Amino acid sequence: MAKNISFTIKYWKQNGPKDKGHFDTHEMKNIPDDTSFLEMLDILNEELIEEGKEPFVFDHDCREGICGMCSLYINGTPHGKTATGATTCQLYMRRFKDGCTITVEPWRSAAFPVIKDCMVDRSAFDKIIQAGGYTSVRTGQPQDANAILIPKQDADEAMDCATCIGCGACVAACKNGSAMLFISSKVSQLALLPQGKPEAAKRVKAMVARMDELGFGNCTNTRACEAVCPKNETIANIARLNREFLKAKAKD
Amino acid sequence: MSVTGLALILFLTFHACMNVAALFSADAYNAICGFLGANWYAVAATAALAALVALHFIFAIILTLQNRKARGNNRYAVSTKVNEGKVEWASKNMFVLGLIVCLGLLLHLWGFWYNMMFAELAGCESQISPTDGYGWIVYNFHDRPGACIFAALYIVWLAALWFHLSHGMWSAFQTLGASGKTWLKRVKLISLIWNTIVILMFVVVVVYFALGFGSCGECTSACGDACQQAAECGAAC
Repeated sequence: MAKNISFTIKYWKQNGPKDKGHFDTHEMKNIPDDTSFLEMLDILNEELIEEGKEPFVFDHDCREGICGMCSLYINGTPHGKTATGATTCQLYMRRFKDGCTITVEPWRSAAFPVIKDCMVDRSAFDKIIQAGGYTSVRTGQPQDANAILIPKQDADEAMDCATCIGCGACVAACKNGSAMLFISSKVSQLALLPQGKPEAAKRVKAMVARMDELGFGNCTNTRACEAVCPKNETIANIARLNREFLKAKAKD
Repeated sequence: MSVTGLALILFLTFHACMNVAALFSADAYNAICGFLGANWYAVAATAALAALVALHFIFAIILTLQNRKARGNNRYAVSTKVNEGKVEWASKNMFVLGLIVCLGLLLHLWGFWYNMMFAELAGCESQISPTDGYGWIVYNFHDRPGACIFAALYIVWLAALWFHLSHGMWSAFQTLGASGKTWLKRVKLISLIWNTIVILMFVVVVVYFALGFGSCGECTSACGDACQQAAECGAAC
């Protein structure tokens, strides 16, 4: 049975990357606990507009947990506190207690500058993908399913890696601002499959070089990324990335 | 970081094994000290070791500065403990632990290396012979003024080193790609057991001599070489 909760929301306001930014506070009354977090923010914005205030800006798109667009550092955790991993759009108000204070902040990392409030520029991830996160070999017509044999375990693992939606929670949680979990997932999803192997060496070198250029930090294996990933990517991918990278460098 | 770190762990393992010899035989320990005294190969190995430490430290500083820059100047207002149990304390404090380890290293160099290899090379004279490693252990952990403080600082140093290695060793294998879904837990467990044994070997020696088990009780540091053999020690004093 759904119930309503009331709470205080502290949300981050910032006019741009150079602005210092500050928290604004708003009292939310009688919010149904089966409301999603983003729907609650929609209600917040309606109330702010009614009060003549500027609405709170935040990233969102599909609201189904698959696009990687939503972000938000909620009560000290990327995407809020979800035990099994879920994005902000899949976080529901029933996870919060009546009378609590909810603090909402943007991803904080030098590589993700704030555009406005909690909307951050994550185009750095797109640039890394552009550097080599694809296959450019001509695959021709779709082949018979049995023409290229792929072990089930590899196929499953590649699929798990491919579930990374590039939301940036790993970078947000990392004390080093490292993007290694993201890149390792993207390298792994191709390195595990025969179609990705011909360009594996070139890909890993290009993506790591681009990552360094864009100012992401180095991985020190704290596993904070793994702990907050909404898609449960593991640092086993980072070990694979390191292996692929060292192999590629050794070939040079 | 990973290569230099693993090389240093290998060195620590050899060092710990050699230290344990002091628990059983002063002669055996001093023979090792003689072998690793002011010989050209020991000096070359010491220089290589110093280079390893320097490289490890320089890389640590460079990476830490890069990481701080990547993190940016803005800090989160709220930082929950939701990751507790998943993110190890040591992994977040490797640089600080490393600094403590470096301070302990200075203490160690001052207490032992300066009085032994350096003194032998420089031809310095002291009450205890530079080749009498056993005598120097007894002196530093039991006989010297403030020996208990010296021993206590060693224990703090070794505790910091254990925390540093508890993350550092498996992390080095992970960085070198020698890990994975199946092997991550195994590598972590092997690293934990390995490091715990190595550090315990160091601790046992410190505690053994700090409690006076390694000296005859009446001996002073002046007996030096005479204390090499526990059996002869009483007579010598």
